[in-house]
Amino acid sequence: MKFTLKATLAALAASTILAGSAFADGHAKLTGDLKIFLDTSNPAPRATMEAMIERFGAKHPDLNIETTVIDREAYKTQIRNFLTANAPDVATWYAANRMTPYVNAGLFEDVSDLWADTAMGEELASTKGAMTIDDKQWGVPYTYYQWGVYYRKDIYEDLGISEPADFDEMLANCQKVLDAGMKCYTIGTKWLWTASGWFDYINMRTHGFDFHMELAAGNVAWTDDRVRETFANWAKLVEMGAFVDDHQNKDWQQSLPLMVNGEAAAILKGNFAVAPLREAGLDDSKLDFHQFPAITPGIALAEDAPTDTFHIPAKAENKDNARAFLLHVASAEEQTIINNGENLGQLPVNSKASIDDDKFLKEGFEMLSSNSPGGVAQFFDRDYPAEMAKAAMEGMQEFMVYPENLDDILERLEDVRADL
Amino acid sequence: MAETSDMQHNTRPKGWYARNEIAITPWLFLIPAMIMFTLYVVWPIGQSFYISMFKWDGLGPISETGEYVGLAHYERLLTRDKAFTVSLWNNAKWLVFYLLAIPGGLFIALFLNQTVGGIRLYKSLFFFPFVISQIVVGLVFTWFYDPTFGLFNGIIGVFGFNPVNVLGDPKLATYGIIAAGLWPQTAYCMILYLTGLNAVDPEQIEAARLDGAKGLKMLWFVILPQLRPAMFIAFVVTIIGALRSFDLISIMTNGGPFGSTRVLSFYMFEKSLSEYGFKMGYGAAIAVILFLIMLLFIGYFLFRMYQDEREAR
Repeated sequence: MKFTLKATLAALAASTILAGSAFADGHAKLTGDLKIFLDTSNPAPRATMEAMIERFGAKHPDLNIETTVIDREAYKTQIRNFLTANAPDVATWYAANRMTPYVNAGLFEDVSDLWADTAMGEELASTKGAMTIDDKQWGVPYTYYQWGVYYRKDIYEDLGISEPADFDEMLANCQKVLDAGMKCYTIGTKWLWTASGWFDYINMRTHGFDFHMELAAGNVAWTDDRVRETFANWAKLVEMGAFVDDHQNKDWQQSLPLMVNGEAAAILKGNFAVAPLREAGLDDSKLDFHQFPAITPGIALAEDAPTDTFHIPAKAENKDNARAFLLHVASAEEQTIINNGENLGQLPVNSKASIDDDKFLKEGFEMLSSNSPGGVAQFFDRDYPAEMAKAAMEGMQEFMVYPENLDDILERLEDVRADL
Repeated sequence: MAETSDMQHNTRPKGWYARNEIAITPWLFLIPAMIMFTLYVVWPIGQSFYISMFKWDGLGPISETGEYVGLAHYERLLTRDKAFTVSLWNNAKWLVFYLLAIPGGLFIALFLNQTVGGIRLYKSLFFFPFVISQIVVGLVFTWFYDPTFGLFNGIIGVFGFNPVNVLGDPKLATYGIIAAGLWPQTAYCMILYLTGLNAVDPEQIEAARLDGAKGLKMLWFVILPQLRPAMFIAFVVTIIGALRSFDLISIMTNGGPFGSTRVLSFYMFEKSLSEYGFKMGYGAAIAVILFLIMLLFIGYFLFRMYQDEREAR
């Protein structure tokens, strides 16, 4: 869909054209064009983004904004085409390693100036690391969300179990759930990435954030004993039958009904699972959240909190307008609005923005800001190189069905790592 | 008439074009096709081979960001890449089992080739699966196989079998997808045979009947020889369809579980163009190998067609 905000107040703004340094002053009226590509194709995020762009347009009535929304999955493959030819002025993408191919190919604009010269740098400091490659920043984050275990509070209460404090308790809880004829965790691994959420957590809890990132950087062999320890912990869950059957041909949406109808008691997922679960009838008395428990005592807890971002393609034609738009996106005011429960229902990155009054958002924010001393990871397929991520996620899916194939899987992964 | 034209030729010297008209005209007609063919077929094949010798992520020009690796991609594919071996085997399975569409289509065509009221309606119903999109076929069969609510497990349950998760089992998934592919492909072969049957000479059948041929003998010695052209086309489209299988795999399993249903075309897509694929060179190497396999069949088909034309002359 495209919509255009035509200049209606041209006369009023005629005197205030400040090219060059336009972004330094958010109130300066912009002119010209701004072409925005969005991957927020789901209904709620789409409406949120369009409203946000409309507010930007209202501030700059002379600006001709053209928005294109592309299907989220299709976007992931189309981005390489539109960055090289026919680039928009602003495009959505993801933080961390997911940016690397485009940064290395010189397709993203260096926006370190925004981070250094404006208040934004300080307000978004928490994710500066995830936006940094080669000591430069390549985009601006607009939202992030926590990962963790979402569970059926009523089922846990019926069985007399509570949020686990450590891995042993998690296993013991699971045994009780299994004894009651249910599965502990629902998951759908058809699109692979869901399995890597489990790997992220078990690996970070077994060996810590730094090891996880060393593995991502390719400095540790996949056949290393420490990796095997991670999989051994995971195997405990797989072998006791903790996960629902036939998860390899379900997508994550198809795995949710199992939790809603009580065949499974919990799910490890990002906060985006809350909305569909609520819609399916699980209110706050039935749905609750807990942090993934510690496995190796003394390892600092680290969390997955994927960040979604805006970037300026290097071939953009209206970079000043784009920079002004990034500042708009980064502002505390906008981040408060777009992340509230009526819109994205996620966490604002800007430290001055306020978090919506929602049980899960509050709990998630609390966890990320005070109980994640080990660090914050983006997510497996955003932290690990694409090639490695693809092979590894496939191996993890296989492991979750045939844990006995582990040796073969790890050797294959090591071969991929060596090739990179 | 002949005399007058000869006289004219003698009086006026012939132009170069007029002298070579017979030799040149065919080429003139061929030129547009040859340009198109070179531009859209031959050139890209050469390009694929060229790209396959580079390590290149597809971002930025290959001359700057590509790294020359020679035949290393082929070496890796043929010696170490297990996923490639799996894909190759799956291609072989597709080639063999997809051919079931030919006897299947023939059987249905023979069955439907009669004059009964409303036969046109039945024929169109049988042809229906070929008309709907492969994506829809894939979705329908995904539900059909679904381990929780699928019809398939309901049916085998009646006969006392335990439920099977066809698309989730790495040993069965490929066969499950081929079965889904056979559904429209059988319809396609059926239509080819139905048109072929229309052209069967009734006098020959009459003569055979007088000689006492019926049943299978009639089919084998009288009908089938006359269906040879239809048979050839059915064979060609089925082989090509098997090698092109992509959409069903993509929609039904996305290459999974754990890569067990990949075929070469899907693997190529995954390596070079999919969400996590940035290995253009590697993907191009797979494409070249797929091309060589296709070349075997294409060569055979062209040879057959060439022979047929010579016979016809």
